[in-house]
Amino acid sequence: MKCNRLVDAGRRQFLRGGLVGAAGAAASTVLPAQQAQARSLARVEYPPNKLGNVSDLVVNEPMDIEYPDADSPGVLLKLGQAVEGGVGPDNDIVAYSVLCPHKGWMLSYNGEDKTFNCPGHHSRFDAEAGGQQVWGHATNNLPQFVLRVDDKGDIYAEGVDELIYGRLSNVL
Amino acid sequence: MAYKRQIDRLPIIPADAKEHNVTWHYCIVGCGYKAYTWPMNKQGGTAPGENKFGVDLSEQQYQDTEAWYAPSMYNIVKQDGKDVQLVVKPDVNCVVNSGLGSIRGARMAENRPSTVTGTQQQRLSDPKVWRNGVWQPTTWDDALDLVARVTARVVTEGSEDDLVVSMFDHGGSAGGYENTWGTGKLYFESMKIKNCRIHNRPAYNSEVHSTRDMGVGELNYAYKDYGLTDTIFMVGANSMETQTNLYLNHMVPGLQNGAKMVVVDPRRTLTISASEQYAGKDNVLHLAINEGTDMALFNAILTHIVDNGWVDADFIANSTFQNGEAVAQDSAHPAGLGSLDYAMASCRTSVEEAAEICGVPAADIVKAAEWIAKPHDDGSRRKCVTAYEKGIIWGNDNYRTIGALVNIALATGNIGREGGGVCRLGGHQEGYYRPSDAHVGRPAEYIDQFLIRGLGGVHHIWACDHYKTTLNASEFKRVHKRRSDMVKDAIDAAAGGTREQVVDAIVAAINAGGLFVVDVDIIHSQIGQNAHVILPACEANEMNLTSMNGERRMRLSERYMDPFGNSRPDCLIAAGIAQNMERVLRDMGNDAYADQFKGYDWQTEEDAFMDGYNQGNPDVTYDRLRAMGNNGVQEPVVGYENGQLVGTERLYADGTFDRHGRDDKKALFCAAGWRGWQAPGKAREKAAHKFWINNVRANIFWQNQFLDQENDFIQDRFPHPFVEMNPDDMVDLGLNPGDLLEIVNDNGVTQGMAYPTPTAKRGQVAMVFGSPAGSQGNVVNPGVNELVLPDYKHCWGDIRKIADATPETRAISFKSKEVAL
Repeated sequence: MKCNRLVDAGRRQFLRGGLVGAAGAAASTVLPAQQAQARSLARVEYPPNKLGNVSDLVVNEPMDIEYPDADSPGVLLKLGQAVEGGVGPDNDIVAYSVLCPHKGWMLSYNGEDKTFNCPGHHSRFDAEAGGQQVWGHATNNLPQFVLRVDDKGDIYAEGVDELIYGRLSNVL
Repeated sequence: MAYKRQIDRLPIIPADAKEHNVTWHYCIVGCGYKAYTWPMNKQGGTAPGENKFGVDLSEQQYQDTEAWYAPSMYNIVKQDGKDVQLVVKPDVNCVVNSGLGSIRGARMAENRPSTVTGTQQQRLSDPKVWRNGVWQPTTWDDALDLVARVTARVVTEGSEDDLVVSMFDHGGSAGGYENTWGTGKLYFESMKIKNCRIHNRPAYNSEVHSTRDMGVGELNYAYKDYGLTDTIFMVGANSMETQTNLYLNHMVPGLQNGAKMVVVDPRRTLTISASEQYAGKDNVLHLAINEGTDMALFNAILTHIVDNGWVDADFIANSTFQNGEAVAQDSAHPAGLGSLDYAMASCRTSVEEAAEICGVPAADIVKAAEWIAKPHDDGSRRKCVTAYEKGIIWGNDNYRTIGALVNIALATGNIGREGGGVCRLGGHQEGYYRPSDAHVGRPAEYIDQFLIRGLGGVHHIWACDHYKTTLNASEFKRVHKRRSDMVKDAIDAAAGGTREQVVDAIVAAINAGGLFVVDVDIIHSQIGQNAHVILPACEANEMNLTSMNGERRMRLSERYMDPFGNSRPDCLIAAGIAQNMERVLRDMGNDAYADQFKGYDWQTEEDAFMDGYNQGNPDVTYDRLRAMGNNGVQEPVVGYENGQLVGTERLYADGTFDRHGRDDKKALFCAAGWRGWQAPGKAREKAAHKFWINNVRANIFWQNQFLDQENDFIQDRFPHPFVEMNPDDMVDLGLNPGDLLEIVNDNGVTQGMAYPTPTAKRGQVAMVFGSPAGSQGNVVNPGVNELVLPDYKHCWGDIRKIADATPETRAISFKSKEVAL
């Protein structure tokens, strides 16, 4: 079902329909973020936060996460098909910030063509192409979280490749 | 993998950073931005007292915050000779964009030349002269002396008609009131150059002669009218792509306020899909007409409105001409002009006839007429904003088609009133202030053909690149290169000679059919490859620049950095040419002619502004404009009161029309009789080829693609010019996404990259216009209208595969550009 009034629906409108349930169920598996703290280094130091386990993920159902801290929402996503930069046994697990790098609106995920879409001004980003902006107003592609999977299948985020909307330092 | 900047932290703007007003200079909308500069050894902090925003930046900032900027908005540039830090970000207080940035404007900082960060190193820093088989960097004195000596010889031994000039006439970028005046004074006052053309078309002419002849200047509304109207009627335009923040900040509120939208375009554009999202599908009517048939549609809509009595009778009686024919059709007027009754004799078209010609249902034409003009249930008149652009400006039968559209606005009284207007959406900003161009004549000379015929001896080019933005480009490029190579060879052969001997050799080569080319630009352009002298210009914010946007909103976009290297404002380059012309002509003993080149003792761009624009508009000064900030003032300026410039919200609010210069101030209707394909060769070409090659624009690099050819974020998205096409057509041609293809017809060949687009009609492709990597003009035939307006939009060709996708094109996204919420 298309929702034509998302523009007015407010900032927290996110992951519509059936996806909301999946995301809600998954939320309990997210561990609390480590205390992120900036130090006097040339680049920020990213916390290695555990986002979940490979076994938690269902193909094409994004899981709500927060990285590098609770004020930076994102999703962890198993695409079902290997992509460049994908991790996990199938090289298909990716994670992105879901704040639109244009004006910070919350993106929604469209499972049909695996894109993140902005209800505010219609920018969209390709989950299968490193968050490349398919069309839109942002001047950078979607920040992607750098992931690592350990032997137990636990998935850790360890970095971000673009500046996250709303912060002038990725780690505040 | 998508391009990422790998930037995880940006310097914070300190509370005491310098603040400058900036208007995004490559777009008609002219969004307001603020530039902040501060020294390299200072930085702001996260505490509210330590940064420009007065907020705690150690906390996440939320949606639409003013207190965030992207890496593309930061750079390090030179200011007064010192490196400084720079942030250029959207201005939340500008009424044009209310803090919205575009994918183009919000990269202003990143697209500045920086010797520290290495951005835009393609910018020209020094004059160059063709010597010893290469372009040798040199001084201004050396370069301008050669320009003046050759130009003076040619125009005195022959005539001023032997000097051909291609020059921008627009605002923004490197145009604006300062620079159009500088060039205009040189070529239209000191000289009377008639063989000239504008950056995007092969003659010196208006793109909208008919609306002006009807009395209606083409930028007559205020952007706020989109929020006050009942219907937005958009023709041959795609504002979501090309006037993005006008669409988002003004049209969308109108749509959300209940306005309906009618869009005439053969292609399903992003404006249509976005409007369906914002307004609901039932409130958007897409008339996907056959290409080039707009006039028949407009005539049928007008006929339906007239026959149903939905006209504004009082407006017609009081504000339009009443007595039959006012202007007869002749060589300067491709249609007669006069009263509504007079025009109807030519325009009358039934809905059924139009449905047949245009290929859309008759019921949809009726619906469009109702949405545009049928009074409300309470009998009150319907408000309608009509907006148009290149789809008809560069379309079939420009004069009559635009006239037919303006007819509808006139008949319904939708000009000069709230929620009305019939306006160009525009490309660049405007910024035209020049001496009279009456000597150019109408129709003006078809300059490209003039050069192709071997005429003209010197070609001065100002920020024009015909290689990318002209029609019949394949032939033009061949001839221009051949003629300029003759002069290069002559210079090479005269190596070691004195200046006089080199000039003699150049003039001899010109007399043998050669062309001496002077190129003034900010980068070494493609046509610049043929230049013998290259003069480096600077652009907005490297100089102060005034322009007006699509609602005539004039702003001073302030200088916040130095011109790159030794580059200069165009107006001061024009002054330098004039001063050298005066000296050389005096040396030649031609004092009377030399005297014509006096009056250029400008030290700054402000001097040029005061010499030109201010003379005609004495209320307007830099100081007063600076005080008006990013909201500026809507032209025409009518006074100065209480420390504020007083402008004009809408033109023609009093119901009188003057753009045609008629004493009676009555608007005229256009006798827009439909005559099929107007320009020579179009019908034959259509019959001979399989694909209609529509040329289109994309928001990602609209208007400044020449800079973005060196921008990694942009090149990563579209490494080659996209050609949107139906997937079934791709299968037929053996094309996969990202494969390289070429488009071929009798005019030439161009190349692009296949981009599957399910909404594209079979047999119709949409290629991005003006790409440095593939000029669509190569395959556009030389056909123009009676007033030398090009019909770029109508071009047909065959398509064949060149190569499989490259590693770059294989990696990009080929998903639909339409949002899927």
